[in-house]
Amino acid sequence: MKILVAVKRVIDYSVKVRVKADNSNVDLTNVKMSLNPFCEIAVEEALRLREAGKATEIVVVSIGPKAAQDQIRTALAMGADRGIFIDVGDTELNSLSIAKLLAKVVQDEQPGLVLLGKQAIDSDNNQTGQMLAALCNYPQATFASKVLIEGDSTTVTREIDGGLQTLQLTLPAVVTADLRLNEPRYVKLPDIMKAKKKPLAVTSPAEMGVNVANTITLVRVDAPAERSAGIKVESIDALIDALKNKAKVI
Amino acid sequence: MSNLVIAEHDNQNLKASTLNTITAASKIGGDIHVLVVGSNCQAVAQAAAAVAGVTKVHVADNEAYAHQLAENTAQLVAALAPAYSHLLAPATPAGKNLMPRVAALLDVNQLTDIMAVVSPDTFKRPIYAGNAIATVQSSDKIKVMSVRITAFDAAGAGGSAAIEAVNEVFTADKTKFIGEEVAKSDRPELTSAKIVVSGGRGVGSADNFKIIYTLADKLGAAVGASRAAVDAGFVPNDMQVGQTGKVVAPQLYIAVGISGAIQHLAGMKDSKVIVAINKDPEAPIFQVADYGLVADLFTAVPEMTGKL
Amino acid sequence: MDTTEIERDSMEFDVVIVGAGPSGLAAACRLMQLAKDNSQELTVCLVEKGSEVGAHTLSGAVIESRAIEELFPNWKEMGAPLNVPVKRDELYLLRSETSSVKIPNALIPATMHNEGNYVVSLGNVCRWLAEQAEGLGVEVFPGFPASQLLFNEDGSVAGIITGDMGVGVDGEPKDSFTPGMELRAKYTIFAEGCRGHLGKQLYSKFQLDAEADAQHYGIGIKELWDIDPSKHEEGLVIHGSGWPLSGGTSGGFFLYHSENNQAVVGLIVDLSYSNPYVSPFDEFQRMKHNPLISQYLEGGKRIAYGARAITKGGFNALPKMHFPGGLLVGCNAGTLNFAKIKGTHTAMKSGMLAAEEIFAAIQSGDTGGKDLTGYTERFQNSWVYEELQASRNFGPALHKFGSLMGGAFNFIDQNIFGGKLPITLRDQKPDYAQMRPASEFTPIDYPKPDGKLSFDKLSSVFLSNTNHEEDQPCHLKLKDPSIPISKNLPMYAEPAQRYCPAGVYEVLGEGADARFQINAQNCVHCKTCDIKDPSQNITWVTPEGGGGPNYPNM
Ligand SMILES: Cc1cc2nc3c(=O)[nH]c(=O)nc-3n(C[C@H](O)[C@H](O)[C@H](O)COP(=O)(O)OP(=O)(O)OC[C@H]3O[C@@H](n4cnc5c(N)ncnc54)[C@H](O)[C@@H]3O)c2cc1C
Ligand SMILES: Cc1cc2nc3c(=O)[nH]c(=O)nc-3n(C[C@H](O)[C@H](O)[C@H](O)COP(=O)(O)OP(=O)(O)OC[C@H]3O[C@@H](n4cnc5c(N)ncnc54)[C@H](O)[C@@H]3O)c2cc1C
Ligand SMILES: Cc1cc2nc3c(=O)[nH]c(=O)nc-3n(C[C@H](O)[C@H](O)[C@H](O)COP(=O)(O)OP(=O)(O)OC[C@H]3O[C@@H](n4cnc5c(N)ncnc54)[C@H](O)[C@@H]3O)c2cc1C
Ligand code: SF4
Repeated sequence: MKILVAVKRVIDYSVKVRVKADNSNVDLTNVKMSLNPFCEIAVEEALRLREAGKATEIVVVSIGPKAAQDQIRTALAMGADRGIFIDVGDTELNSLSIAKLLAKVVQDEQPGLVLLGKQAIDSDNNQTGQMLAALCNYPQATFASKVLIEGDSTTVTREIDGGLQTLQLTLPAVVTADLRLNEPRYVKLPDIMKAKKKPLAVTSPAEMGVNVANTITLVRVDAPAERSAGIKVESIDALIDALKNKAKVI
Repeated sequence: MSNLVIAEHDNQNLKASTLNTITAASKIGGDIHVLVVGSNCQAVAQAAAAVAGVTKVHVADNEAYAHQLAENTAQLVAALAPAYSHLLAPATPAGKNLMPRVAALLDVNQLTDIMAVVSPDTFKRPIYAGNAIATVQSSDKIKVMSVRITAFDAAGAGGSAAIEAVNEVFTADKTKFIGEEVAKSDRPELTSAKIVVSGGRGVGSADNFKIIYTLADKLGAAVGASRAAVDAGFVPNDMQVGQTGKVVAPQLYIAVGISGAIQHLAGMKDSKVIVAINKDPEAPIFQVADYGLVADLFTAVPEMTGKL
Repeated sequence: MDTTEIERDSMEFDVVIVGAGPSGLAAACRLMQLAKDNSQELTVCLVEKGSEVGAHTLSGAVIESRAIEELFPNWKEMGAPLNVPVKRDELYLLRSETSSVKIPNALIPATMHNEGNYVVSLGNVCRWLAEQAEGLGVEVFPGFPASQLLFNEDGSVAGIITGDMGVGVDGEPKDSFTPGMELRAKYTIFAEGCRGHLGKQLYSKFQLDAEADAQHYGIGIKELWDIDPSKHEEGLVIHGSGWPLSGGTSGGFFLYHSENNQAVVGLIVDLSYSNPYVSPFDEFQRMKHNPLISQYLEGGKRIAYGARAITKGGFNALPKMHFPGGLLVGCNAGTLNFAKIKGTHTAMKSGMLAAEEIFAAIQSGDTGGKDLTGYTERFQNSWVYEELQASRNFGPALHKFGSLMGGAFNFIDQNIFGGKLPITLRDQKPDYAQMRPASEFTPIDYPKPDGKLSFDKLSSVFLSNTNHEEDQPCHLKLKDPSIPISKNLPMYAEPAQRYCPAGVYEVLGEGADARFQINAQNCVHCKTCDIKDPSQNITWVTPEGGGGPNYPNM
C-alpha cells in the first residue's frame, strides 16, 4: 500500500509572531520556518506503518513557495520515499484550493491512505483533511491518536471532547494526526545526505489543471487585545461575590 | 439572510456550546434555524426549540445518525444548505470534524473558530495560536463556519420554535463506529475544563498543593501549575500551563502563588476571567487579572474553599 | 547512561568544521573554492548547534567588508546582505541618566572610525554564507552540536561526536533515543566562537594558552527594535561608554540604525568587573533611558533580545591556534580586534587562512592528524595579525587606567603612533578572579522596568525565541553542586543570579533552606557563566541539538 502524506511549511513553533506595522499580515521576514509539527507526526506515523509492514511506499506532497521543498526534504530525511512539490509561489491559497490540489494528487497516485496533520499552526484552520476526504468521497478520521491497519480497513482512535472514539474506515481513507499519535524521530545526518538524492517531482496548479481561485480574503491582521488590569478585591467574600454576581463564572 | 446552526448533543442533552453558536448566528442576523442530527434525539430538538431566537428546528432522527459521523451528516447538511446563507457549528472537535467536509461538498471555503462577526461576510478569527487575529472576508455564496464558543455568550431560554422532521437518510457505508470511551476522571481535563485552579512556586511544596486540589474539587475545576512548581517537583509535568506546557482558555482561571511571567501567561491569557491570589502586590500577574487579591495563599485559599 | 559505551555510526570527511559563524563558514567556502580551482575532490562537513544557521548568531554589527571581499570579490552582485553603508558615526560619553557629551571627531581613536563599513545583521550574513557554502558543495548540518572530541590513538584530534538526542533528564535514553554520530576528518576546524566548549577542552589538553596572557571577555546584550520611521536614519552608527557603568565596571554601548526602520541597541560589559552585585542586564535596561538612546526608541517596539559573550583579550591573549589534527579559528581563538570592537572580518580571515593551510596539506597527500604549524606562519603574515598587534594595548589600557585615562592612552597610541608605541601593556588576571567579596559592596537597587523602554529578564528571554526540550539532562554542569550555596552565596551573594542575562540561575529560600535552581531551558548560550563564575564551577556543555535561542536577524 502507498501512503500519501501532505506536509506544510510553517513558522517554527518556538518563534513568536509579530503583526506587521501596516496590519496586512504577520511579519515572516527573518523568522525560522519548519515542518508543521502535526505534519511531522503524520510523516512519522506513515514511517511506522511502513516499518510494521503495512505500507510499501511513502509519498510526501507540499504546496507552497519554492522554499517549501526544504520541508519535503525533511520528510524525506525522516524516511519518506519521494516527494511532490506543487509550486504556487508566494500566494496563500485557501484550504479548499489546497484540498483540490491534493485531491488531484490522490487521483494520480491512488494511495491507500492519506495522512495529514490535524491543523497547520499558522492559519490554524483544521480543515484541509476533512475537505480532501469530501472531495475524494473517502471516509475520514480526524484527531487520530492511534492508527491500526488490517486488510482493507483502518481502525482509528480519535480524540474527541472528554474522551476517545474508535472508528473503522474502509480504505482508501483520510486520517489527520493529533499530538498524541506518536513522537517523531530525530533525523540522522546520513539520512539528510541521502534525502538530497531522493526523487522530488515539481509541478504547479496550471500543469495539474486545477483552478485555485481564492474566495476568502485577508482583510487585516491585528495583535490580540492586551488584557488590562482589573480590580483588586479586599477579601475572599468580595472575590466570591464578584465571581458569582458580576462575572457569573461560578 | 438565514442561519442554520448544527446542534451539538449526545442524543439526550443539547450541549451548551450550541447556545453560544446561536448567539453568534444572531450577530449575523436573519432567521436562526437549528439542525439536530441524531438518533432518538427528540428531547434535544425540544431543548433547541426552547432557545431564545430560534425560529425552527429540523430533526433528522434516524439510526443512521446515531453517532453523528461526519460522512453522512455532512451530506445531510449539504442537502439542506441551499436554503441558507450561513451554516454554523461550535468549534469543538465535533464541529471541526464536520464543517470543512460540508464546505467542500458545497464547493465553498470554511472559516474556523470565528470569534467575532464584523458583518455578514466578514469575521475575526484567531491565527498563530491566538497570537494574531485575522479579519477575513468571504465571497462564498454560503458561508460555512465553526464558532469559538468562549467568544460568545450563551443564548437564553424563551423560544418556542416549530420542530420539523427531516426524512432524508444518508448512510456512511465506509465508516463503522466501534466504540467510545469517555475519560473517567475525578477532575475535568485541564485543556477542556471550564474552571482551572493553578498553583505556582508560592505554594511551596507537593504537600501544600493539597489546598489547591481541595479548592479545585469544590469548584469542579481542573488543576494546573507553573513551570516553577513543576520543576520543584510539586506536581507532575503534564499539569504545566504555559508556553511549553498546555494552553488553556477556561471561563475562570485562578492563579495562586504564580508571579505571572510572560511564558505562563502565554498559556492562559485567553481565559475569560482571571483571578490572581498573590502576596506581592507588584506581581505581574495582577496586570492581567480581572480580580486580584493580595493575600497569603495559605489563609486565602482555605478560606475560599470554606466559603464556597 | 555511560556515553562511552554507546555504539555509534561514523562518517568520514576530509574536513569537519564546528560552528556556522563567520569564521567556520568562511573556512568552508574557502576550502571548496580551493578544491574547485585545483579540481580536487574534497568533502567538507559543517555542524552547527542552532536549529538553523543564524539562529545562534548575535553580533552588533558594523563590519568591515575586507574579508568578504577577498572570499567573494563579486559579493555585491551575488547579493551578500551588506546593504547599509555607515553614513554617520558618532561617539558619546554618557554622564548620567539624563546627560551625555559628544566626543569631537578629532579625539576619536582612528580604529573607531567606520567610514566604508556596513551595518548588517550578522545572522543574515551567516545565512547567506551558508547558502554559498552549500552551493559550493559543503554539507551544512544545523541542529547538530559537536558535543565531544574524538581522538586518534596517537592523541591527535580525529573529529567530533555529535550530541545524543532523546536522553531524559535522568540521563537515561528515552524511546526516541538517537545516539550522536562520529564525524571523522583528516582535519577539524573549531569555529565555535567565544568560549567554545570543545575549544576549552582543546586549550587544556594541548596547553594552547600556555604562553598567552589570560583571555578577557565581555558580555554583550542586545535588542532589535522597530523604530518610528521619522526617527530612523539608515546608516547612523553611535558608540559610547560611561553611565550607567561605574565603580570599576567598564564597557561600552552601541546603537546602529539598520534597514527597514530597524535599530539595534546593545551594551557590552567587561567581565572583569569586581562588584558581584552588578547585573549587566539591568545596567543595559536602565541605560536605554538616557535621552541619547531613548530619543530613538520611544514609540518603537522591541522585537528581539539576546546576549553573547565576546572574546576581547586580543593580541596578547592569542593562543597557539594549531594542534595535531585541528585548528582553532575566529573568536574560539580570540581573533577579535577590541580596539574596533570588530571580530567578524578577522574571524573570517582566520577561517580562510585555516582553509588554505589544510587544503595545501591535503593536496600534498597528507592523510591527517598532523600539527599544521604552518598555520601560524600564514596567520602572522596576514593583515589580521598586523591589525591585532597594532591594537594590542587597547584593552589592557582600559583595564589598567580606567575609561578616561585609558582612553587617552589609546588615543595617543592609536592615532599618533598607529598602535606602534613600543610598550606592551599586559593584563594577566582572568576575569573570574576579579570578583570581590559582596561584603565590600552594597547591593545595587536597579530601577523597575517601565515596560516601554526597559523590561524584565523573563519577558526579554521570551523575545529570544529560546527553547530547550524539557526532558533532557541539564547542560549547565556544576563540578561541585554544593558550591553555589556553600561558597558563592555567602561570599559573593551568588552572582550567577545577576550575570546570567536569561534568568537561568536562582537562589530560592533563605538560610538553611537556600537552594540553587538552574532553569536550563532559558539559556541563550552566551557562555557568561562558564567565564565569570568566581569558583569556576560551572561548565557549559551542548544541550540537545536545535535547543537555544532562535534569533531572527541579530
Ligand atoms: C491569516 C490567514 C488567515 C487565513 N484564513 C483562512 C480561512 O479562514 N479560510 C481558508 O480557507 N483559508 C484561510 N487562509 C489560507 C490558509 O493559509 C490556507 O488555506 C492553507 O494553505 C491551508 O489551510 P491550513 O494551513 O490552515 O490547513 P489546515 O487545515 O489547518 O492543515 C491541516 C493539514 O493539511 C495539510 N496541508 C495544509 N496546507 C498544506 C499545503 N500547503 N501543502 C501540503 N499540505 C498542506 C497538512 O497536512 C496540514 O497539517 C488564511 C491564511 C492566512 C495567512
Ligand atoms: C523557554 C521558556 C519556557 C517556559 N515555559 C513555561 C511554561 O510553560 N509555564 C510556566 O509557568 N512557566 C514557563 N517558563 C518559566 C517562567 O518564565 C517563570 O519562571 C515561571 O512561570 C515562574 O513560576 P511561578 O510564578 O510559579 O514562580 P515565581 O516567579 O517564583 O512566583 C511565585 C509567586 O508566588 C508568590 N507567593 C509566594 N509565597 C506566597 C504566599 N504565601 N501567598 C501568596 N503568594 C505567594 C510570590 O509573590 C511570587 O509572585 C518558561 C520559561 C522559559 C524561558
Ligand atoms: C554584542 C556583540 C556585538 C558585536 N559587534 C560587532 C561588530 O559591530 N562588528 C564586528 O565585526 N564584530 C562584532 N562582534 C564580534 C563578532 O560577532 C564575532 O567576532 C564573530 O561573530 C566571531 O565569529 P566566529 O565565527 O568566530 O564565532 P560565532 O559568530 O560566535 O559563531 C560560532 C558558531 O558556532 C556555533 N557553535 C558553537 N559551539 C558549537 C558546537 N560545539 N557545536 C556546533 N556548533 C557550535 C555557534 O552556535 C555559532 O553559530 C560583536 C559581538 C557581540 C557579542
Ligand atoms: S546559563 Fe550561562 S550560557 Fe546560559 S544564558 Fe545564562 S550565563 Fe549565558
